[in-house]
Amino acid sequence: MSIFSYLLPKKEKSASVAKERLQIIVARERATRGGPDYLPQLQEELLMVVRKYVEVDQDAINIQVDRESGCEILELNITLPDE
Amino acid sequence: MTKIVVVTSGKGGVGKTTTSAALATGLAQRGHKTTVIDFDVGLRNLDLIMGCERRVVYDLVNVINGDANLKQGLIKDKRVEDLFILPASQTRDKDALTLEGVEKVLEGLKEMGMEYIICDSPAGIEKGALTAAYFADEAVVVTNPEVSSVRDSDRILGILSSKTRKAERGEGDIPASLLLTRYSPERVERGEMLSVEDVKDILAIDLLGVIPESQAVLNASNSGAPVILDSESDAGKAYEDAVARFLGEQRPHRFLTANKKGLFGRLFGAQ
Ligand SMILES: Nc1ncnc2c1ncn2[C@@H]1O[C@H](COP(=O)(O)OP(=O)(O)OP(=O)(O)O)[C@@H](O)[C@H]1O
Ligand SMILES: [Mg+2]
Repeated sequence: MSIFSYLLPKKEKSASVAKERLQIIVARERATRGGPDYLPQLQEELLMVVRKYVEVDQDAINIQVDRESGCEILELNITLPDE
Repeated sequence: MTKIVVVTSGKGGVGKTTTSAALATGLAQRGHKTTVIDFDVGLRNLDLIMGCERRVVYDLVNVINGDANLKQGLIKDKRVEDLFILPASQTRDKDALTLEGVEKVLEGLKEMGMEYIICDSPAGIEKGALTAAYFADEAVVVTNPEVSSVRDSDRILGILSSKTRKAERGEGDIPASLLLTRYSPERVERGEMLSVEDVKDILAIDLLGVIPESQAVLNASNSGAPVILDSESDAGKAYEDAVARFLGEQRPHRFLTANKKGLFGRLFGAQ
């Protein structure tokens, strides 16, 4: 690093990019944790079905397992692109 | 009372064995009777780090199979009183490590009056790592400030909260604390490496310690003496702090900031 790097506009630091990416992936993985083992597979296949009709990206599907007084609820959110 | 501690990480090569050796040695130095067990079947390394590779006669699988009794399998450390090593076997048959067998060994160690049993886990989140963690009362999660290691640590935390014996018995999560190793304050300050705070934010567990990236660790493994015995070194001191915190002492974290260079150094210093 030389004196000139203080004068140049700053690029976003790679550590903050890393933190952001980690927060997203970790949140995703925690959501399906403890749920049935088929969840990731289910999520993949649902994504494929949705994509037959609209183009959505990986993050558009969100599966979550919630436990409420003895019963498990599978919550599925699909964000469709606004056209 | 015996406390069983698993040193685990998910990702390989982050410093589990270095940490297991340092933690066990540090506990024994403080007078706690401790055994450190290498669970890395097929890839035994702890014996080298502990410097007892030439004294290995029997190993964990031999003891489980009854080829040797526990006393024959244990290697008594020559430098530190109250410190014992149980090496892994070099067999390629990983199924040799059964939960019943491991339980028997742990019970034997309890009967011998061990205060701490440190389990050096293999990498991964499969059977080997699960076996090392199953009977644990507490976990030390070793993480490097790097994306794949942090993600794997989070996965391991998920596994610990459902797959240990305590979790299965409904006795709740075992306490887990974070040991951040190979930390480079210079790189953190340049924004090139995740900071302690970043990793703590993401994993949301207690911080046991931060071990700097250090030449002393390589020197230690070269000579077969756990780095904590190099009490003048930065890594040695950081591990010693971690041991003290592990035993409940409050100690401020050291080695978190870069050695300040002067203005001259900053203007003309090498990258
Ligand atoms: N604080 C440190 N500073 C510098 N090098 C380190 C540090 N901690 C560990 N290392 C080095 O990293 C390498 C891996 O360490 P170690 O064998 O302890 O990791 P591990 O997690 O047990 O690996 P594995 O998953 O293969 O069992 C070794 O070469 C070791 O010397
Ligand atoms: Mg190892």
